Amino acid sequence: MNAILTVAGKEFRDGLRNRWIVAITVIFAVLAIGLAYFGAAAAGRVGFTSLSTTIVSLASLAVFIIPLIALMLAYDGVVGEDENGTLLLLMTYPLSRWQILLGKMAGHGAIMAFSTLLGFGSAAIIMGLFADSTSWGDLISAFSLFIVSAILLGWVFIAFAYIISTLVTEKSKAAGMALIVWFLFVLVFDLGLLGLLVGTQGDVNAELFPYLLLLNPTDIFRLVNISYFASEKITGLMAIAQHVQFSTITLLLGMLVWLSSSIGLALLFFNRRSL
Amino acid sequence: MSIVELERVEKHYQSVHALQGLDLVIQPGEILGLFGHNGAGKTTTIKLILGLIEATKGTVRVFGEDPTLSEARNLRRKLGFLQENVSFYDQLTGLEVLNYFAKLKGVSKKQSRELLHQVGLDHAIKRRVKTYSKGMRQRLGLAQALLGDPKLLLLDEPTVGLDPIATQDFYQRLNQLKERGCTIILCSHVLPGVEKYIDRGLIMGHGHILAEGNLDDLRAKANLPLTLRISGDVELPENLQGRIKQRNGEIHMEVGLEEKMQVMKTVMSLPGLENIDLHLPTLEDLYTYFTGSMQLEAEK
Repeated sequence: MNAILTVAGKEFRDGLRNRWIVAITVIFAVLAIGLAYFGAAAAGRVGFTSLSTTIVSLASLAVFIIPLIALMLAYDGVVGEDENGTLLLLMTYPLSRWQILLGKMAGHGAIMAFSTLLGFGSAAIIMGLFADSTSWGDLISAFSLFIVSAILLGWVFIAFAYIISTLVTEKSKAAGMALIVWFLFVLVFDLGLLGLLVGTQGDVNAELFPYLLLLNPTDIFRLVNISYFASEKITGLMAIAQHVQFSTITLLLGMLVWLSSSIGLALLFFNRRSL
Repeated sequence: MSIVELERVEKHYQSVHALQGLDLVIQPGEILGLFGHNGAGKTTTIKLILGLIEATKGTVRVFGEDPTLSEARNLRRKLGFLQENVSFYDQLTGLEVLNYFAKLKGVSKKQSRELLHQVGLDHAIKRRVKTYSKGMRQRLGLAQALLGDPKLLLLDEPTVGLDPIATQDFYQRLNQLKERGCTIILCSHVLPGVEKYIDRGLIMGHGHILAEGNLDDLRAKANLPLTLRISGDVELPENLQGRIKQRNGEIHMEVGLEEKMQVMKTVMSLPGLENIDLHLPTLEDLYTYFTGSMQLEAEK
């Protein structure tokens, strides 16, 4: 346990030093405040829009950017240390492989969680102070759920990044694979589902279809935040899920399943990695 | 008890036979030099001793245990290792890097400061590693290897990037460690200057041991002639005329080890002798000889 904390602490300090934490925090804060303030610009006015509009549009933007940041943060977690030679060195220390990997993932996970909380949290506080229409109670509960799901999404993609990182032997290859993973989960998967829907002319089992959304952690993230505001008019792919109402807990558990299985896979591949 | 025991160890990587039937026993307090060209099997040997890879055949014992077993993990506290070309975490300071490794090894932070002082990095402990020169990084790596007073120290090309004075310092430190009972394996293909400090040399090639022993043993085995350089207006006796290799102001002649004293006496008594230089085959000459003879065999 101690060794894991030591490795995680070092990783977190690295994140502070190379400005990752500051960068992610600022991006998230600017994104959230900007969307909240200019969200209604298309309607010809500025000023803080309703909480539900803000969260729903924030979720659909965050779903692109969080996976990207998480993958960029952690893609060289293993292969980078290998190229530096420090991985070999760590292996000669009295700690096991899983301790190294869990420690590094915990460190990167902490960077992600800390920045998400700070970035979106500060945006929530600013909204609470300056937007008259929303009550603190609504704001806190909505943003809490958003932040928790955003952190989980970040963690899932950090675990994806580690799977990539343990499988390749060159940093550049890891970067390329991370880009492909991002493209597949964030863009291609939804397009594929829509294609399936259109291609079969809607003749798919309406009961089954929503479950397909659970096969992609980014869709789960969107469902969590959209279903929280059930009153909002839902468009696009997310509308399919209306046939089957998943509870928030089910959805969050779904993300945890994604998280734990990806961590498990990363550990498995790392144990097999030859030096 | 011997610290390291390798018995008929083989290591194959797919089609490559990195090691073939290696036998090696290292006694406590010994400094062993491991020499060989790239791909000779040095690094594989080191990795086997560290327990990073498993032998395909044969047995490896370090401190009497199989280093690949997870029960042997605590033995690693008694190990120090520095590999070639390690670049530490650039964003952290020298002290932070060493404290990190100290914590992982269960060593006090006080010791990491002491070690930084010993390797002469006092002035740079608060600077980030990315500002370090190659020599400074190497010294940081050495400090890392010395954490926790290791009983077995494995050093791969430890003097790369060190200036001559730092290299001398480094070898002297090795002697101090040896006096404290530390066993040291030194892996290198940079040879000049290392002879004085090693107890035994091991020259490897293509996964085999080509030659083994202390410098005298190796010289006797190679039976390389020594070179005499004679200056002055001298006339060599008949029987030595044939040995002259070169004559331009001074005379270069090659003499076998066994007739060294006899020839020296003869030359010393010659009238007109001004100076005489004796050049014994160095480790480098021996290395070239052994690896060269291996290549010749391979060509056959």
